[in-house]
Amino acid sequence: MSLLSIRNLRKEYRPGQPVLKSINLDIDGKGVTAIIGPSGTGKSTLIRCINRLVDPTAGEIMFEGKDLAKLKGQDLRMARRRIGMVFQEYNLVERLSVIENVLSGRLGYVPAWRAFMRKFPAEDVTRAFDLIDAVGLNQDFATRRADALSGGQRQRVGIARAIMQNPALVLADEPTSSLDPKTSVEIMELMTELSTKRGVPIVINIHNVELAKRYATRVIGMTGGEVVYDGPPDGLKDEHLKHIYGGEDFL
Amino acid sequence: MSAAATGARPPAFPTNWPSRIAWIGLALYTIYATSILNLTWQRFVTGLDNGAKFLNRMFPPNFAADKLDLIGTGMLESIQIAILATFFGVLLSMPLGLAAARNLSPGWLSWSARGLIAIFRSFHPVIVSILFVKAVGFGALAGVLALIVSSMGFVSKLFAEVVEEMNPKQVEAVRATGANFWNVLIFAVMPQVMARFIGLSVYQLDSNLRNSTMVGIVGGGGIGAPLFTAYQRFDYDVVLTILLAIIGLIMLMEMVSNRVRRLFQ
Repeated sequence: MSLLSIRNLRKEYRPGQPVLKSINLDIDGKGVTAIIGPSGTGKSTLIRCINRLVDPTAGEIMFEGKDLAKLKGQDLRMARRRIGMVFQEYNLVERLSVIENVLSGRLGYVPAWRAFMRKFPAEDVTRAFDLIDAVGLNQDFATRRADALSGGQRQRVGIARAIMQNPALVLADEPTSSLDPKTSVEIMELMTELSTKRGVPIVINIHNVELAKRYATRVIGMTGGEVVYDGPPDGLKDEHLKHIYGGEDFL
Repeated sequence: MSAAATGARPPAFPTNWPSRIAWIGLALYTIYATSILNLTWQRFVTGLDNGAKFLNRMFPPNFAADKLDLIGTGMLESIQIAILATFFGVLLSMPLGLAAARNLSPGWLSWSARGLIAIFRSFHPVIVSILFVKAVGFGALAGVLALIVSSMGFVSKLFAEVVEEMNPKQVEAVRATGANFWNVLIFAVMPQVMARFIGLSVYQLDSNLRNSTMVGIVGGGGIGAPLFTAYQRFDYDVVLTILLAIIGLIMLMEMVSNRVRRLFQ
């Protein structure tokens, strides 16, 4: 059985206007899955339904034996701890230091008084330092405030925060869209490397088709709230892209 | 062709009639209210004459030792009232402000918190002081309680607005890690709003210092009582000494508050 299996997932922000129409997907426990498609086609909504930042209208999201679509309260938080998330605009807490941001990946595990006193377990702090190192940041960055960092550096911290959760799955919502081309490549390299090394599958929403083909082990093409391509990156041909994005002027 | 296109264009800066009418209305009302209240130039000149006599009797300020002793005690009590009221008022404002913030609290809670804040804000500190003097008796306790209420009205209302303006993305990211409500509060909300909360608190201390000089007039303790007595006994030289002491205190506070705010940037 696959790690994540989505069945007949439907989402309507306004009744009768589905953004996602009956999505069916299975994600295995390894590799990088890239979701491509035009803006407004529901890629973000799909990803956000998985960790329930958005509530689906109907359907099933089976993850580690539980239906995420039906979880509430404590059960939902327990499930979220197992899913890391990387955001387009990094979404770091600007006024906190880098290491505090990385350690916030453990907030599902530490009680409030410990979080307030910053008394994280010693092994968490060690691991946070290791991760800052692993995402290619100098240890001196640890105590620097997140708002003093560049975009690429912030996204590295965002990735470290997600990995800090020890997740079974990482979701990335347009992680390179706010970055320059060179930094985008570096961030994709980093994510695929971490995914392979740590055996964590990553699902990435991405606008850049070239990057998707270069780094993904599987590409999912969406248009109009439906999956229209699902296969290996080298199977993705111009005719698929025409179907996904509509028209051909961009090719 | 181009002339026709130009003719069809709307004016770049059209006249804003509603705003123009509002300004004209304000001007007309000011003239009307002045005539109704019998504010004539002659009345003003008579007043000036009286004012000159008053000022004349204020100088020189009275620095007699017994007066200074009385003023010192009163000022000290005012400062204590202000600090206590700010401390407890700000402390209670934090949960009240969070409860009132619509992006954190469920509807019923934020509306009840907002209702409470509105009640606190309905009355001027003088009126609240009178209520507390009647309720708990003369003295500093009444002043402290009155200023706690007015501090809560101001700080929690503005704090709720600060919380509502925070960046929801940072909160979303922390929530996505599986953090519970309290951890989201500690790691995503507090870091974003704390600096402005401190700023509000310092501002409130400043305002409480000014208000604490006044609660004494109605029996709430502090420098207000000697000030009022001096007025009634026509000891205008003592009045001036007290006013100078208050000015000095407020200026000192201004410097302190700038330092504190810079500390928490």
